[in-house]
Amino acid sequence: MSRMKLVLVGNGMAGIRTLEELLKIAPDHYEITVFGSEPYPNYNRILLSPVLAGEQTLDEITLNDLDWYESHRITIHLGKKIVRIDRSKRAVETEDGLRVHYDRLLLATGSDPVILPVPGAKLEGVISYRDIADTEAMISAASQYREAVVIGGGLLGLEAANGLRLRGMAVTVVHLMPWLMERQLDQTAAALLQKSLESKGLKFRLQASTAALQGDASGRVQSVELRSGEVIPAQLVVMAVGIRPNTALAESSGLFCDRGIVVNDTMQTFDPRVYAVGECVSHRGKSYGLVAPLFEMAKVCANHLAQMGIGRYVGSQLSTKLKVTGVDLFSAGDFASRPDSDEIVLSDPGAGIYKRLVIREERLTGCVLYGDTADGAWYFRLIREGSPVNEIRDRLMFGEDNLGDTGHQGQNKAASMPDSMEVCGCNGVCKGTIAQAIKEKGLFTVEEVRKHTKASSSCGSCTGLVEQILMNMLGSDYSEAPKTKAVCGCTERTHADVRRVIREQKLLTIPAVFRFLDWRTPNGCASCRPAINYYLISTWPKEAIDDPQSRYINERSHANIQKDGTYSVIPRMWGGETNASELRRIADVVDKYAIPTVKVTGGQRIDLLGVKKEDLKAVWTDLDMPSGHAYAKALRTVKTCVGSEWCRFGTQDSTQMGKDLELALWRMYAPHKVKLAVSGCPRNCAESGIKDVGVIGVESGWELYIGGNGGIRTEVAVFLVKVKTSAEVLEYAGAFLQLYREEGWYLERTVHYLQRVGMDRIKSLILDDAKNRIALWERLQFALDGEPDPWKELTKARVDERQFVPVAALAAQPAAELA
Amino acid sequence: MNFIDICALEDIPPLGARRVRRTSDQEIAIFRTENDQVFALLDQCPHKGGPLSQGIVFGTQVACPLHNWVIHLDSGEAQAPDVGCAQRFDVRVEAGRVLLDAGSLTA
Repeated sequence: MSRMKLVLVGNGMAGIRTLEELLKIAPDHYEITVFGSEPYPNYNRILLSPVLAGEQTLDEITLNDLDWYESHRITIHLGKKIVRIDRSKRAVETEDGLRVHYDRLLLATGSDPVILPVPGAKLEGVISYRDIADTEAMISAASQYREAVVIGGGLLGLEAANGLRLRGMAVTVVHLMPWLMERQLDQTAAALLQKSLESKGLKFRLQASTAALQGDASGRVQSVELRSGEVIPAQLVVMAVGIRPNTALAESSGLFCDRGIVVNDTMQTFDPRVYAVGECVSHRGKSYGLVAPLFEMAKVCANHLAQMGIGRYVGSQLSTKLKVTGVDLFSAGDFASRPDSDEIVLSDPGAGIYKRLVIREERLTGCVLYGDTADGAWYFRLIREGSPVNEIRDRLMFGEDNLGDTGHQGQNKAASMPDSMEVCGCNGVCKGTIAQAIKEKGLFTVEEVRKHTKASSSCGSCTGLVEQILMNMLGSDYSEAPKTKAVCGCTERTHADVRRVIREQKLLTIPAVFRFLDWRTPNGCASCRPAINYYLISTWPKEAIDDPQSRYINERSHANIQKDGTYSVIPRMWGGETNASELRRIADVVDKYAIPTVKVTGGQRIDLLGVKKEDLKAVWTDLDMPSGHAYAKALRTVKTCVGSEWCRFGTQDSTQMGKDLELALWRMYAPHKVKLAVSGCPRNCAESGIKDVGVIGVESGWELYIGGNGGIRTEVAVFLVKVKTSAEVLEYAGAFLQLYREEGWYLERTVHYLQRVGMDRIKSLILDDAKNRIALWERLQFALDGEPDPWKELTKARVDERQFVPVAALAAQPAAELA
Repeated sequence: MNFIDICALEDIPPLGARRVRRTSDQEIAIFRTENDQVFALLDQCPHKGGPLSQGIVFGTQVACPLHNWVIHLDSGEAQAPDVGCAQRFDVRVEAGRVLLDAGSLTA
């Protein structure tokens, strides 16, 4: 299929952006040819000021190098000017006679600077400020001459004046109007700006118009004469009094123009094969000289060129930020005073801060910020959204951070931004797009974000915000990676999602969870089923029914499988205490079932290792001791020291405290195993510092520590609270463990749970909120009430007793039978 | 083919397994899936010999209780990247009874 031919006239930001947007959505639709009158590939025109100021180099502001054109198979003609459009034959012609046919033509001819028709305007050293050539002329003049006059105190003029000043020239700005940047600023803000620029060394002549430019014998400008008669010496004169859409080519080809090339909402001129974008157009009677609207146009135009036709351009709200280092200035919308508008003004001239918000019909319509522009983007958003602001009117002036509890300023700003909020106004990139690119493409630097999303690649004023987003995202990625990790390959859902849904939807069975969350597998896998089974029974005790087939073998057979397929059995010894009768029974069991190994555990109990599965039930019966749950994600042991009963240093009866805790908490399933310890004095013989809950007796009561761990990485428990009575120990320890049971992710130990949610949360829910603490403790007691001992109440504990015996025994060798 | 009657289908828990003892050989694990498909493998993981009958059954797979190798019930093959194969036995369900192929026991 032969591709349609698209010709672009104008190799600037608007035209190339249109091509980029087009290539994104319809990469193979057109064979593209580009004509540019400048000898450079597409560069970022709005960064000419930082180049002039010496803050950036020309290379840095190139947007698309020649490789880009080549890699997209775009034919590029640099330094070639189109002089004629033959609309009837659909072709364009260059001044040197090259003729190129088109199916669609895109005009992006930009604008020309206005040159004042004063005597001497053609002298050497009189330039405008539009392109790289102008910028280079200014840089070279600054190295040879001392004095400059900038005519025009608008955005561009001030940036030019500032750049020349930084390059060492004495600069006077001549401005016709009573104050600077009169289209973007009110008088008060303009006065502050002027004062600030004067303090940097610029001079101003306001309400002054130029009468003539005078030259020296060599034909170079040497002074500017004002109408007032004043003569200002200048060897460089920069005219920055405005721009005029460049319509010459369009007009000569008979396209309708009215100060700009007139286009409709899909950026088509009166000839529907010919499109126009950028500063050269007149859309609904308006022309734009700022970059954001150009890019909006580019998007719409590309959409239409790709024959999708779903975009419409309806005009742009404008915002302005002055790119003069050290001057914070922002304005947006319509901020002129009218009879029906209200104004909120904050003015602190001493501190150099001025803010003015204009409200009409309960909506923010414009704002001017000087000195503190942090909330500019927020105000701009309110202006564009046009939603009523009466509810926040009394706090509007103090910025977004003061609207509610959005936390500290600075860093949290990016964090609290909604995904739909725009970060880069120039390129229309919102936070969500940036965040997605960072995540999916693994971006680490602002440069990479620029490359992938274009955010902060134009005027660069949102660079700080992009950095914040990066910091927030990467920071959280390091410390909170599990937060976004799926439970397993059966789903994209996270543990947090699953827990939330089970609670909110009151799901009671594993199949219900799978259905509700669109699990990809019919019955999950060995990772997700145990997790969901735990979430169900811990969230809905007495309602959700335990599913033994979704538990690991240890919790199904209530013993601990060993490498040879035999099991270990650990009976519970409350607080690590035992007696002659228990020891005798253990000895008898070891003999009777020929148990090969008997070992004392670290949790102050006795482990019988090498029990055959067939013997398990009989072993439990003969032991006649409670299950130690040494095989389960559940309360294991409460280790104790001897305590005040015997120990001469003991301050508290730690053994009794341990027994009380163990009696209150045993049969408690949890996200992972849970170990406790109680020491009777700060010598801490029970090693309370490395337990999930560690209790240490002191003269005046008990200290509670949480989140300790003696595992792969030793983690020292964190102090939670000091209490007086053993009843309080039970209540606080129980409340913490219930919180962990309700919020922890399966296989997450208390230390990791703590690191994830933060100690502040634990403290606020357990220490500061007594009602909540008691409620947690009661919920735990409710859940544990009536829970069976799986070794004694096998049916109630849903132990499938068939597992202990073979389903069949093949007596003889089948081979023999057949033979 | 000579099929030996082992047990009723109901004797095996859904998403579970039972063991068949053999006098002079390793036990055989008989698995039942959620929709009553039945598979038989040597009750020995190709990795470290773990008893597959004690694992968690899901889909037509079982996760070994010792180190979580996933074994495909229909082929006995370990799921990649692990490599290994548990011996497979022919088994079928007829009129609610689970039958094991005596011939395959000798193979």
